[in-house]
Amino acid sequence: MAVNVLVPTPLRKFTNNQDTVLVAPGTIVSLVAELEQQFPGINKSLTDDSGELRRFINVYVNEEDIRFLEGKNTPIKDGDSVSIIPAIAGG
Amino acid sequence: MVACALTKAREFGYDTVACASTGNLANSVAAHSAEGGFRAYIFIPHDLEQGKVLGTLLYGANVLSVNGNYDEVNRLCAEAGDKYGWAFVNINLRPFYGDGSKSFGYEIAEQLGWKAPDHVIVPCAGGSLISKIYKGLNEFDRLGLIDGGVSTKMYAAQAKGCSPITTAIKTNAEVFRPQKPNTIAKSIAIGNPADGYMAMDTVRKSGGWADDVTEEEIIDGIRLLGRTEGIFTETAGGVTVSVAKKLAAQGRFKPDEIVVIAITGNGLKTQEAVVGKLGETFGIQPNLASLEAALNTEKLLAGVGV
Ligand SMILES: Cc1ncc(COP(=O)(O)O)c(C=O)c1O
Repeated sequence: MAVNVLVPTPLRKFTNNQDTVLVAPGTIVSLVAELEQQFPGINKSLTDDSGELRRFINVYVNEEDIRFLEGKNTPIKDGDSVSIIPAIAGG
Repeated sequence: MVACALTKAREFGYDTVACASTGNLANSVAAHSAEGGFRAYIFIPHDLEQGKVLGTLLYGANVLSVNGNYDEVNRLCAEAGDKYGWAFVNINLRPFYGDGSKSFGYEIAEQLGWKAPDHVIVPCAGGSLISKIYKGLNEFDRLGLIDGGVSTKMYAAQAKGCSPITTAIKTNAEVFRPQKPNTIAKSIAIGNPADGYMAMDTVRKSGGWADDVTEEEIIDGIRLLGRTEGIFTETAGGVTVSVAKKLAAQGRFKPDEIVVIAITGNGLKTQEAVVGKLGETFGIQPNLASLEAALNTEKLLAGVGV
């Protein structure tokens, strides 16, 4: 088992068009680091120069926004599902 | 704004359109789809008011009532948007939907006799409309259509039960904190506003401000607008009216300045929120004696009160 990450369309150019990828358990920080290792270049789209998640990127662990959890230090474990979703408008 | 988005959908060759909505976009996308001959999939939170749901089903759209709040509906749509080849009005057609709402700004200037107002108060959900009204006014100015230029201050209005944008502005915060919405103003109950930063930026650069109101104040706002202007607005309008009242009490408007309050929705759509709160009917018998007796009661003698 591992952590399942759902990759949004705009980022699939980094993942050879895979819509889901697997990473090891840890935290959102380690997830981003591992994604960058697997798919060099992807973290530019996810984090800013200071290493913070970009503010138009929403990250959900098992459907819960990490800003309601522990932010980038939110733990992720085997079997969890992580969605990375660009902010979208509505009304 | 939907007319603009669906025109682009046709141009791009889509036959199916979709949207995530707090109800009003739903009505509009469904109606324009019917007229334009598109298949429509509309995603709404499950707890929307009847009026909005009926006003979407009526047009023959497929309505998916999602067991979650708007932000969850939105997340699902982002995932679905990746999977199906649909024209999502608020995802892949977003720039056109957004710019479509600049016409609100155009109409304000036109109806004021080609002038920009001093202040505009706008209810915020995802945070798009407020910046597009401002953009519309400024575009007209660049075209030389506005007498005296645009020095309009923009104000954001939200319900206290869902106030990520107004809270950030009032606390001078750089980033907003998403919230889990809990308010009768469901049209604007978006806890994680995609255009929140744009809204904050618009308010700040225009020199405006923001405020938020309680559930009771929302009802008071609906009542006040009805009893002074003869307009029945939905809960979002109640928010805007009451926020305008608060801003006025803070001394933000001079007596001779032009203040525009954006009333963005019809009250018949959110009747659940006000049932039993706007007054009562008087039951009488179909005869003059009964009418006479009723007219002599204290309530009817007091006349219409605000
Ligand atoms: C009645 C009403 N007013 C205002 C808005 C604000 O829209 P925005 O998402 O652009 O902030 C909405 C959006 O749903 C709405 O339904």
